[in-house]
Amino acid sequence: MIKEFRLPDLGEGLTESEILSWKVGVGDTVSLNQVIAEVETAKAVVELPSPFAGVIRELHEQPGTIVEVGKPIVSFEVSDDAATPSPAHGTPASSPASPASGPAVQAAQEAKRQPNLVGYGAVVESSARPARRLRNLSPMLDSDSPRFPVAGPVDTRPVETKPVETKPVDTKPAAAKPVEDRTPGMEPAETRPRSTPPVRKLAKDLGVDLTLVAGTGPQGLITREDVQHFLDGHGGGAAPEAAPARVQARQGERETRTPIKGVRKFTAAAMVASAFTAPHVTEFLTVDVTPAMELLAKLKGNREFSGHKLTPLTLAAKAVFIALRRNPALNARWDEVNQEIVTFNYVNLGIAAATPRGLTVPNIKDADSLSLLQLAEALTELTETARSGKTTPADLTGGTISITNIGVFGIDAGTPILNPGEAAILALGAVRNMPWEYKGEVALRQVLTLSLSFDHRLVDGEQGSRFLADVGAILAEPGMVLTMV
Amino acid sequence: MSTDETGQDGTGAPNTGAKSAAAKADIHGQGKGLVQLITPSGERVSHPEFDPWVQDITDEQLCALLEDMTVIRRIDVEATALQRQGELALWPPLLGQEAAQVGSGRSLRTDDFVFSSYRENGVAYCRGVDLTDIVRVWRGNASSGWDPYSINMATPQIIIGAQTLHATGYAMGIQNDGADSVAVTYFGDGATSEGDVNEAMVFAASFQVPVVFFCTNNHWAISEPVRLQSHIQLADRAAGFGIPSLRVDGNDVLAVMAATRVALDRARRGGGPTFIEAVSYRMGPHTTADDPTRYRDANELEDWAAKDPISRVEALLDRKGLLTEALKQQVKVKADAVARDMRTGCTTMPEPQPMDVFKHVYSTPNSWLDRQQDHYARYLASFGDPAEAVSEEGAR
Repeated sequence: MIKEFRLPDLGEGLTESEILSWKVGVGDTVSLNQVIAEVETAKAVVELPSPFAGVIRELHEQPGTIVEVGKPIVSFEVSDDAATPSPAHGTPASSPASPASGPAVQAAQEAKRQPNLVGYGAVVESSARPARRLRNLSPMLDSDSPRFPVAGPVDTRPVETKPVETKPVDTKPAAAKPVEDRTPGMEPAETRPRSTPPVRKLAKDLGVDLTLVAGTGPQGLITREDVQHFLDGHGGGAAPEAAPARVQARQGERETRTPIKGVRKFTAAAMVASAFTAPHVTEFLTVDVTPAMELLAKLKGNREFSGHKLTPLTLAAKAVFIALRRNPALNARWDEVNQEIVTFNYVNLGIAAATPRGLTVPNIKDADSLSLLQLAEALTELTETARSGKTTPADLTGGTISITNIGVFGIDAGTPILNPGEAAILALGAVRNMPWEYKGEVALRQVLTLSLSFDHRLVDGEQGSRFLADVGAILAEPGMVLTMV
Repeated sequence: MSTDETGQDGTGAPNTGAKSAAAKADIHGQGKGLVQLITPSGERVSHPEFDPWVQDITDEQLCALLEDMTVIRRIDVEATALQRQGELALWPPLLGQEAAQVGSGRSLRTDDFVFSSYRENGVAYCRGVDLTDIVRVWRGNASSGWDPYSINMATPQIIIGAQTLHATGYAMGIQNDGADSVAVTYFGDGATSEGDVNEAMVFAASFQVPVVFFCTNNHWAISEPVRLQSHIQLADRAAGFGIPSLRVDGNDVLAVMAATRVALDRARRGGGPTFIEAVSYRMGPHTTADDPTRYRDANELEDWAAKDPISRVEALLDRKGLLTEALKQQVKVKADAVARDMRTGCTTMPEPQPMDVFKHVYSTPNSWLDRQQDHYARYLASFGDPAEAVSEEGAR
């Protein structure tokens, strides 16, 4: 028989949802709770699990449509016996019968209703105090898993009555008596040799097994000298004791298999999506940035900027904003669904950040409206937040163009992949002292390479080249800004 | 307890001022004083203070704990699916908090009484609740799920923290009776910011009643992180009330069990209340109507996934050579059966009838309500066709 599935209210009081995608097609056999669709409500994107096991007969709504709650969205062919759930487990709609209230049951007296000023309110049934329900003290549940006797080792224990304690529990459990026979302070010796963290670090670095080292310090404490002495005594690589430690280090698995998940998985999906959706073009420009570096040095000496972190990245970001105003095509997004090009009249500047977990590209909202000082502060804050892993999901979405500062790794140029949804990404190379043409002579100048990748669907070679030339011109001679704004 | 004693107690003194910002940010993590018996990698670590409290747990019982946790995770998955299929209006997932619920739930005696929030469906399972009753309220078919006295567990409290007052009151009753049962109340990190919880703790300490405050710190009060709510560890808040506290790895079922047993034992012996902070993580959304990706970092989820309560018990059993295919199969069969029963119970649950609204209002006869009931019955009868009456009511 055919069963229809109507769109349920997926949140609390929602009236409609958008079908984002179907995970199944007509004719597919699905099992109960198999995910059949992805749906976006006003509150969240959720997966729809199939309410039936059967065959998909019809998908009533296309992806991208907004469907009212209660409208059929999919029909299933369901075998007849599977379609009628066994009523065996049906229980009456009412809650279990009122509990026996024993002495609480009082003779219901039909008290005369007293006129009440406001006309409502419960009638007083009797002047007696409400009867108290006896608490259920006798064990009555068979469910109380006999597998877990509740006694435990508790019965022989003294009562703990001190109301506040500094330690979680200061009762000495009776069962722990043997512990008391041990000499206080000797406990660690049973588990690991006595030493200090720096010494353990030293031993680890040198590949020395501390259990083999005799301690000469107080109470057998292993000192730095003991470790050194041990190593000298067994040095030269011929030592049988020290050798196993080193061999062991190599004896680990020859390959390490790490599950693909979290940031790595997300990065991979985003990069694949970007690389194979947007046709990338990359251009390079090498610039003499000595004047920009001189400007930075001047600004650092300026009272207003003292204590702030000013780097080539700060100036490059500012140059990007100015160049974008002249070449808006690079601050845009390809909207495949609506077949529209969205040109942004603001700049949310993404900065590729290496974090302990991998690459993230948090962005600074409305970065083009910031002064150079505010921008420097925002960049510092962004990288610190990213490095400490505190970047919020909101910081990661809504970027319009990105910069990746590969120069900090000493790299000159590359072909960066676009952050998905953005039209351009600029890579900043390292600033190097290079022999360069200067006023008709060869001089030692500070030189940097800019690499710009852009989405050729949105940006032609002309626009991309003009943008890159603008950024380069500003960094080569910051005064050129006067001709651009 | 005298005021002087508290005053001299160094732990009671505010000390956050001296802490660096970094230290403050870290206090809700796996910091100092966290009781742990099973590491995330499944290693059984010894703890002289707490080992004796679980030394009676046999391998067989450990397997049973694994089964319990797997089953309640399955209940959670099934109920979430039922919500997405329109069979439930809402569901508050407990994913990630299985050890906190099973470890404590399996430590209780039948005559203990539980007052929980809406997320303790795993505790309800341990108390033996009928599976259909778990979803009754979430389907909107009744205003509460079960008879509290049938399993000695109050129906879930929706008002944040209100159940702690009920527990303290109930414990005062136990004290008056001279019994040795205990009231156990469950609440979250967010609830500790509520007035009710604070009042309940004041009274519990004043009267030294047998109550256990079991706080599951799942790090998020909907979208509000715990670090915003408390600049000290939640367990340290209890000291201000004169209530001893324990801070336990809430994803470690044995540690939770040991801590709960310590607290229950103290209460049974007249030692008064205990506060347990079970440090865990809400791995799912607040409810099925919530989207946590809007306010929290995926990295955080990844960190906690590595501390999963179920996989660490599996790892421990594996080390002991007990994680056999037979055991895995047995657990899976049980979980599937429970999920199937719950689904059937949910989808075949009869619709409530108009007159049901009068049930469970008063436990004793009430003439005024009787009169209303009579009027309403006659009004419904005026439609002639009962189905028409129902649809008429439904349209309102």
